[in-house]
Amino acid sequence: MRQPIDQFAKQLPADKRASVYQSTKATHEKRTKLLFDGFADPNRLRTLAGQIKQHALENLDTYLPQVEARLKANGAQVHWAGTGEKACEIVLRIMKARGATRMVKAKTMVSEEIELAAYLEKHGLEALETDLGEFIVQIDHDHPSHIVRPIIHKNRREIAQSFEREGLGAYNDDPETITRRARQYLRHKYLAADVGLTGANFVSAESGRIVLVTNEGNSRFCMAATRCHIALVGIEKIVPRDRDLGLLLNLLGRSATAQDLTVYTEFINGPKAPGQPDGPEEMHVIFVDNGRTEVLAGECREILRCIRCGACLNVCPVYRQASGHAYRSVYPGPVGSVLSPLLLGDRFPQKADLPKASSLCGACHEVCPVNIPIPDLLLRLRNRAKEENVPSTGTPPMGAWALMASQPTAWKAALVGGNLLNYVPARLIPVPAMQAWCEKRTLPPWRGGKFRQWMRQRPKPGPTAGPAG
Amino acid sequence: MLNAERKPVTGRRVQLMATCLCDAFYDDVAAATVEVLEQAGVEVSFPEGQTCCGQPAFNGGDWAASRKVVRHTVRTFAGEDPVVVPSGSCAAMLFHGAVLEFEGQPDLPEVEALGRRTWELADYLVNGLGVRSWPGRYDAKVALHRSCHTRGTASVEAALTLLRAVAGVEVVEFGEPEQCCGFGGTFAVSYPHLSTAMGALKLDHVRAAQPDVYVAVDMSCMMHLGGLAEKEGKPIRTQHLAQVLRDALKGGRRN
Repeated sequence: MRQPIDQFAKQLPADKRASVYQSTKATHEKRTKLLFDGFADPNRLRTLAGQIKQHALENLDTYLPQVEARLKANGAQVHWAGTGEKACEIVLRIMKARGATRMVKAKTMVSEEIELAAYLEKHGLEALETDLGEFIVQIDHDHPSHIVRPIIHKNRREIAQSFEREGLGAYNDDPETITRRARQYLRHKYLAADVGLTGANFVSAESGRIVLVTNEGNSRFCMAATRCHIALVGIEKIVPRDRDLGLLLNLLGRSATAQDLTVYTEFINGPKAPGQPDGPEEMHVIFVDNGRTEVLAGECREILRCIRCGACLNVCPVYRQASGHAYRSVYPGPVGSVLSPLLLGDRFPQKADLPKASSLCGACHEVCPVNIPIPDLLLRLRNRAKEENVPSTGTPPMGAWALMASQPTAWKAALVGGNLLNYVPARLIPVPAMQAWCEKRTLPPWRGGKFRQWMRQRPKPGPTAGPAG
Repeated sequence: MLNAERKPVTGRRVQLMATCLCDAFYDDVAAATVEVLEQAGVEVSFPEGQTCCGQPAFNGGDWAASRKVVRHTVRTFAGEDPVVVPSGSCAAMLFHGAVLEFEGQPDLPEVEALGRRTWELADYLVNGLGVRSWPGRYDAKVALHRSCHTRGTASVEAALTLLRAVAGVEVVEFGEPEQCCGFGGTFAVSYPHLSTAMGALKLDHVRAAQPDVYVAVDMSCMMHLGGLAEKEGKPIRTQHLAQVLRDALKGGRRN
């Protein structure tokens, strides 16, 4: 049975696949060089970063109250949203209370997750994306296809056409022109906006500092002219101490975009203090759960360490072939194949096929800056799908095989019986797995039992009698 | 990262796990493994009751079925002797995968104990026995396949050590060696397009390096890549490392 991701990948136009492949490969290779040139043992750093994040997750009951107290002491207002809908309502309430109608947004994955922009638009409010990639996604009514590079699936000709359509100038696919036009358009929007919304890459429990990284500086602009800053933060973004940020920021820039450090790194300590010349006078931090505590209570909690760098997407051979939209989720790639079904809670079966769309090659684990054992988690979710009797997601049934493989007599009989394969053309064998194998591959000759025979008959020095013990 | 924590090797006896693939398709690889181990001064026993390591169901997500097979394997490979297997993937199943699926099971300690004495062949020869040189000769340009289940283990370095130790062998490098070939067990048949597209990419890289032989420590990847190349009408010559070492002893190429 052909799986949705396989189908999607097969239908992906060759030029899209080529551009996803080329750019992910280039970033991955640069990332590897940067990490291994810069540090004696990057794997130790990844391990340590993973331990820090894991510690934070396992002590959220301590750190969340601590960060709330710190944020309040810093002058921010703190909100808790159990669900995505709740988080959207809180944002709407804040905007309504201020009579605000126009929001400028920095890039935040959690806002994609809870579909905030669509929600606000439905309520007659503007929510404008200011990250260039997200801006293009928005004007095209598209979806991001990569965590860090939302328009990895688009080429500049398509972008130039979108700009022309939106009245941003005559067709011109020169990247610099595209960028300049977006900048000119967005500058006016920043000045006119009432509210700036950002995410948070990290929040320090020790100081309540919110850390944001960008390469375009758009999150600074979002907070420069607006009077109100809202930060939407997944509860897993907490780190215990400010000093942990040194390690995590070093790993994030290198892993995400192969940079020593992103161009902009902001530490936000609270709203405008009396006497400060500018900055938002009001600051709200909305902590979003949206299924995370349930993930935390389960056996795949390591996935919450994720710092959304996208390195696992870049290295993943499946992502490179299928691109991000194949995953039908805000979070694509290896991390998405774990996180997306988990965040669905009871609706897990809807995306239970995602964990199967992996050859379990382990490249994702090898590059993860917080050392998430992604293949192990994919395997756990495959087993969960089986235990919860999710209708077949493409794996041949294993019961008969297991029965045979635990009975040597049956096994040996099958080894001999398999000889039939040498006489029947594979295309005539009505087993879907066999058909799928043979469509593009030959099967080697069946030689079942030959080794055992050789082992028994060889003259010297001969096998010892049976199993030891 | 599948780092195995293992007991140091003291004796000179091993139990061979031939693997289900060699049992069914690649008898010459299993035979070569026996001859190579004996050349290294090791007495090889072959527990007749062996079947499979349990990986197909483990990867397929049917852990209850897989545990059944692993329990059989634990019983079959009883004793203290190391278990040597000419497959990085089956070895990883026993020291990593099985341990994962037995979490919370009463017989986890037995499974862990088997994992601690299970070795992939190249790893056993180089890091278990300390083999650094190899007699004979094998005149060929070889490329070494990096099978994914040796990622993070000592097997790749060990295989390179052995290949470089053989007179006449020239190891050639190729592009993106760390990328998966697309086999992935049931993935190969549940995701045939992705699987074969990944395989085609691997073949492009390997062919560009023009090796005489593409060598692996896992026949599963070779079954996929070899089958793909053959169906394309552009077959590549594949061998298991054990066959290269065995053929070197015989002073050249075989097959």
